[in-house]
Amino acid sequence: MATYTLRVNGRTYTTDVAPDTPLLWVLRDHLRLTGTKYACGVAACGACTVHLDGAAVRSCVMPVSAVGNAAVTTIEGLSEKGDHPVQRAWDEVDVPQCGYCQAGQIMTAAALLQRNPNPGDEEIEQAMSGNLCRCGAYHRIRDAVKLAAKKG
Amino acid sequence: MQSSSTYSRRDFLKNSALIGGGLFLGFDMLGSGRFDAAVANSAAGLEGAFDFNAYLSINSDGTATIFSPNPEVGQGVKTSFPMTVAEELDFDWKLVKVVQAPLDTVKFERQVAGGSQSTPHSWKRLRQAGATARRMLMEAAAKRWGVDVATCKTDKGVVRHPSGKQATYGELAAEAAKIAPPADVPLKDPKDFRIIGTFVRNVDNHDILTGKPIYGMDFYREGMLIAMIQHPPAFGMKLKSLDGAAAKAMPGIVDVVSFKNNVAVVGKTTWEVMKAREAVKAEYEKEADLESTADHDRIFKELMAGGETQVKRKDGDTAAAFAAAAKIVEAEFQCPFLSHAPMEPMNFFADVRGDRAELIGPVQTPQSARDQIAKLLNIPAENITLQLMRIGGGFGRRLRPDYALETAELSSIIKAPVKVIWTREDDMTGGIYRPAARYRFRAALDKAGNITGYELRGVGINAGNPVRENNFPAGAVPNVLIEAVDHKSPITTGPWRAPITNFLAGAEQTFFDEVAEAAGKDPVTMRLELFRQAQPPLNNEGKPTYDPQRFIKVIELAAEKSGWFKKRKKGVHLGFSVYYSHLTYVAQVAEVVKRKGKVSLQKVYCAVDCGIVVNKSGALNQVVGSIVDGLGHAMYGQLTFKDGEPEQKNFNTYRLIRINEIPEVEVYFVDNGIDPTGLGEPALPPLSGAVANALYKATGKRVRNQPFAAEGNGMEGIL
Repeated sequence: MATYTLRVNGRTYTTDVAPDTPLLWVLRDHLRLTGTKYACGVAACGACTVHLDGAAVRSCVMPVSAVGNAAVTTIEGLSEKGDHPVQRAWDEVDVPQCGYCQAGQIMTAAALLQRNPNPGDEEIEQAMSGNLCRCGAYHRIRDAVKLAAKKG
Repeated sequence: MQSSSTYSRRDFLKNSALIGGGLFLGFDMLGSGRFDAAVANSAAGLEGAFDFNAYLSINSDGTATIFSPNPEVGQGVKTSFPMTVAEELDFDWKLVKVVQAPLDTVKFERQVAGGSQSTPHSWKRLRQAGATARRMLMEAAAKRWGVDVATCKTDKGVVRHPSGKQATYGELAAEAAKIAPPADVPLKDPKDFRIIGTFVRNVDNHDILTGKPIYGMDFYREGMLIAMIQHPPAFGMKLKSLDGAAAKAMPGIVDVVSFKNNVAVVGKTTWEVMKAREAVKAEYEKEADLESTADHDRIFKELMAGGETQVKRKDGDTAAAFAAAAKIVEAEFQCPFLSHAPMEPMNFFADVRGDRAELIGPVQTPQSARDQIAKLLNIPAENITLQLMRIGGGFGRRLRPDYALETAELSSIIKAPVKVIWTREDDMTGGIYRPAARYRFRAALDKAGNITGYELRGVGINAGNPVRENNFPAGAVPNVLIEAVDHKSPITTGPWRAPITNFLAGAEQTFFDEVAEAAGKDPVTMRLELFRQAQPPLNNEGKPTYDPQRFIKVIELAAEKSGWFKKRKKGVHLGFSVYYSHLTYVAQVAEVVKRKGKVSLQKVYCAVDCGIVVNKSGALNQVVGSIVDGLGHAMYGQLTFKDGEPEQKNFNTYRLIRINEIPEVEVYFVDNGIDPTGLGEPALPPLSGAVANALYKATGKRVRNQPFAAEGNGMEGIL
């Protein structure tokens, strides 16, 4: 066990866990931030996507010991009132079906728009292709990314 | 039917969490049109028997709370049901609060998410609930004003009188609640709908998009334990011995226990439990055949030739038809097992204490879960509560509450509240799959190219009935023989979105493409001919099993929108498919483009007849989602076995369709005003047929076995 001080959503948390504990489970079990989802545990689906200093990473395979001083942003901290342009676009387009993968989709999309505010279709598909949606809401995901880019 | 419970009004209010001056309504589950309502009656106990299946409250703050009884699994009922109530209530949708009701077999009927049946089952009941409440509010206003109720009107939550008097529902709720609920309140003319048929966003969007803990996986309660349950690694194996000492000594681990063939590792946090699982020393031994996919291929061959055959349908004399045929068409189709693979793996929470149990989690069949747990633990069902969480996908998997049962059993053994989490690997290897099946279709044609005989033999592996003998083409072909054979396997199976037809439909529709070609007919024209002469078989209620006119309409609509009969650009190829399932008619045209030798699926046109579209947004989500789902699984889905063990265990080997692989989709709904039917499944079954038929046009190759993108098929890269 070791003590880690994490910067998550602008707050500082101290947690005592095994160094190999994935960031995902620190967030979910220790910080009670369950918006970040478990679905595969092998970085194959993107449901656990969070931002590390603004870049999208798979929290299910990132050991807490590797987080260091990086700023972690989860879906709960993407915006204060749930009104990030990506969140607003997701609502307007009415993307969710079961909704379970959407936190990861949104975090991936927000990171994409951060580095590329006006992505083309292929850039959107490439950036979003690591995120599975079992309900097949992909058309609306693509539309919502475009709408969010407009809302910028 | 529950009819003997006695309620006190006070308990009722408490149970319903109804606050403020409220009006409670419930309605008859017998479907007879009789309407019973529990009406506020001050402190006096309201004695009587009530059969409820849904209800709403109107709050004195001007809002309405509408309880949604059915599990929300992504199919959208938590939005569309309250829309239906609010429509007849004539209420402002913005003032509606939707609450997921817990399992309550006294108040509600059929709290199930399955078979695309929620909407057809509840449509009239939901409307009656809203309309009767509206009428009571109008009567309360008329009484207050001393006017004839017939002169009152409503407008989005306000009762108005021509004299200028008006009152909001909230202001009237207390008085309205004292009025005896009228019977046979007329429902709106669908042309007056203001909410139904519009684009209404998911009521849970805010919670979903901001990461609120709304799924079973997110459930937390102070003091609860986390557990994982290891099942035998292969179907046909059982637990022989367990040494859990090393695992139990790991940090954060509370206990390692076994029951039945399960080994449960119980601890404080998920990662500690995951790590400890690796230290479990469990031995397994064979108790049944350890079947491999190669065995299934052999079994299919054997059972196609013989075996214990059930004749499911026999019309006329197919032997004579085939003997006299000018031409015979024959083809075989095969599909593999599939995992449901919902994004949220199986999980459940249980707190079993003595003869009481509290259950919380995602399940498509809460009543069945509760009753099975009551039996398993010998607890009275009335001592069990079950709270439904939003479900992160089901696709049929959560119709079977095995994970809820093992959670409850574990809680009763360790005497502690516990949340059981399956890993993705547990989920994918844990069974209850879409059964593998193989079909042989035969058609006899006369000289004019008419189908005179039709034979279908379906072989399934734990598929139950692998055919749908009362659906088309029964009634459209004079001589029909439909047979079924089932192989009993240790591999567990269950309903998977559009059970059986998820493959059978595409196979059948590919076969009809082959028949049309052999008959020298256009595939759409041939189908129209068949439906124009069809006399569908009758179901148990004496009604036709399908409506040929509705079939014809969706066929014509899909043909029109896709430009089927128009001249096409060079390299553009269309494939057609149409199927009726879950009371809904769907025709699809796939458009494949071949350019410079490269073949790609560009577009799917889809015509749907589900009657009235309740929520345009939800309906489109279901139809487009089903098309993407059907396409992905037809192309890539397969779960194979080696000695009883699934060979794919996670998304890195079990391939699902991704965003860069989707074709454009155009959806058209038939506007006929018929009462609505469900959409959770019907757009999936025909899809693979449309795609296979378009691929044939483009490549000359018939893809009959799934997955289409299997090695050697040459179909990789078409998405």
